[in-house]
Amino acid sequence: MDITLLAVDWALVLEKFIFIAFIITVSLVVALYMTFGERKVAAWIQDRLGPNRAGPFGILQPLADGVKMFFKEEIIPTSSNKILFILGPSLAMITAMLTSAVIPWGDKAELFGRTISLQIADVNIGILYVFGILSLGVYGIMIGAWASNNKFSLMGGLRAASQIISYELAMGISLIALIMITGTLSLGEMVHQQKEGWWNFFVQPLGFFIFLICAFAECNRTPFDLAEAENELIGGYHSEYSSLKLGFYLFAEYINMFISSAVMATLYFGGYDIIPFYDESVWGLSANIMALLGAAALFFKILVFIFIFMWVRWTVPRFRYDQLMNLGWKGLIPLALFNMLVTAAVILFLKK
Amino acid sequence: MQLTNKAKLVDRKPMSIAEKIYLPAIFKGMGITFSHIFKKKVTIQYPEQTRSFSPVFRGLHILNRDEEGRENCTACGLCAVACPAEAITMDAAERLPGEEHLYREEKYAAKYEINMLRCIFCGLCEEACPKDAIYLTETFAPANYSRQSFIYGKDNLVIPHPTENPEAFTKAKGLIDERKAKANQQTA
Repeated sequence: MDITLLAVDWALVLEKFIFIAFIITVSLVVALYMTFGERKVAAWIQDRLGPNRAGPFGILQPLADGVKMFFKEEIIPTSSNKILFILGPSLAMITAMLTSAVIPWGDKAELFGRTISLQIADVNIGILYVFGILSLGVYGIMIGAWASNNKFSLMGGLRAASQIISYELAMGISLIALIMITGTLSLGEMVHQQKEGWWNFFVQPLGFFIFLICAFAECNRTPFDLAEAENELIGGYHSEYSSLKLGFYLFAEYINMFISSAVMATLYFGGYDIIPFYDESVWGLSANIMALLGAAALFFKILVFIFIFMWVRWTVPRFRYDQLMNLGWKGLIPLALFNMLVTAAVILFLKK
Repeated sequence: MQLTNKAKLVDRKPMSIAEKIYLPAIFKGMGITFSHIFKKKVTIQYPEQTRSFSPVFRGLHILNRDEEGRENCTACGLCAVACPAEAITMDAAERLPGEEHLYREEKYAAKYEINMLRCIFCGLCEEACPKDAIYLTETFAPANYSRQSFIYGKDNLVIPHPTENPEAFTKAKGLIDERKAKANQQTA
């Protein structure tokens, strides 16, 4: 057997390792400052100023919150299942971080004579991977809720599970329409197509809205935060959690928001494409600068989506449980099916 | 029987399609919240900014001195009698020869205590005082750890001495005069 088959491209391993570390750091920092942004947006919407005491404009507030979380007493209820109790928040955090692997953060860059792809793994079933991880996310909540050995936690966990399963259906069907148009499951390829042609939002506006609503539900954000409805369930699935384990749950929610914003920007708003219907290569900039600009454009889109997440949270009150299920099963799923059928018909008609 | 036309019938019609998909209402609400981002904020940045008090604000008490620094209070007890919360206690003492520079009249309050936790800040002591001795100010009791610290004695109540601390004295006097002027305006 040829020995070169076993050779490992160490430079590639190192490159990916550095990139993964970078992406994880960025998502953590962004999630950290999203807690700050959330409080600021909430305050502005409510005619207040928000945190402004820790550091200039309050930018050290997330650090103060983090330190507080660290030094709180860590309580594990005696009647809980200790292994699962610890596994819950860990799983929530891990699944939140995993999705970032397939998102193309930018175009190809060139460094030290190597072409570096700004995507951790260009899996050809990227979108299925995202879905797989997203549905794993509910296990973190369910396991934590079950292990707490608390009725309210359990109810919160059950609500989260049924809600996420219901909304995943509509989300998947709305995506099928998109996949039929692009003809690929790879996120990198999808962005490439949007860079050449139209952003998918202009082709699939209805699909995008369904996806957006389902993303809200998947992230357990208001108006779909029934899993932690404090007036009914105390704290929901994290009633029994304290200290950094609670911090992990809250943090995972923010990372989830960040990642779903990235997915939405990638799927529907051209990913790292800077301007729609415009060929940026006429600027004649080098590949590295274009990659940086593209990453900045993607980041901007993500921030806009995050703002929308917060804006909706501080506008819309929480749905009742029956309203939630009605909307999911009787509203969004038929709408998504309709969207899928119309898309399929149009594709058939144009191909003829 | 209809007495006013303020009564509103509860509308129990089934929701229309626009209402069922929630979106128009949600967009309307989002428009409202977005406009609030640019509105003037109502926050008062407390330690740096303070809210101005109303002209009739009644805060912590002070005991007045005259221009020579003698205490006005004669321990007549009218304030304690007037106090609905029974927050004021005092011990009277006779002025000895050689103490004329300390107390304006022959009788004075050796001990004068107001329990700020009992006090309801009604201002009846101020109205009852015949000697121009007790006034309410525009400050409130700061937070503290012990109940005992809310019993204010003469050391907390009597205003600064005019010769020892003239600046603080004129300031306190100014506040009292302002208060008197406002009270006169109210009655006039």
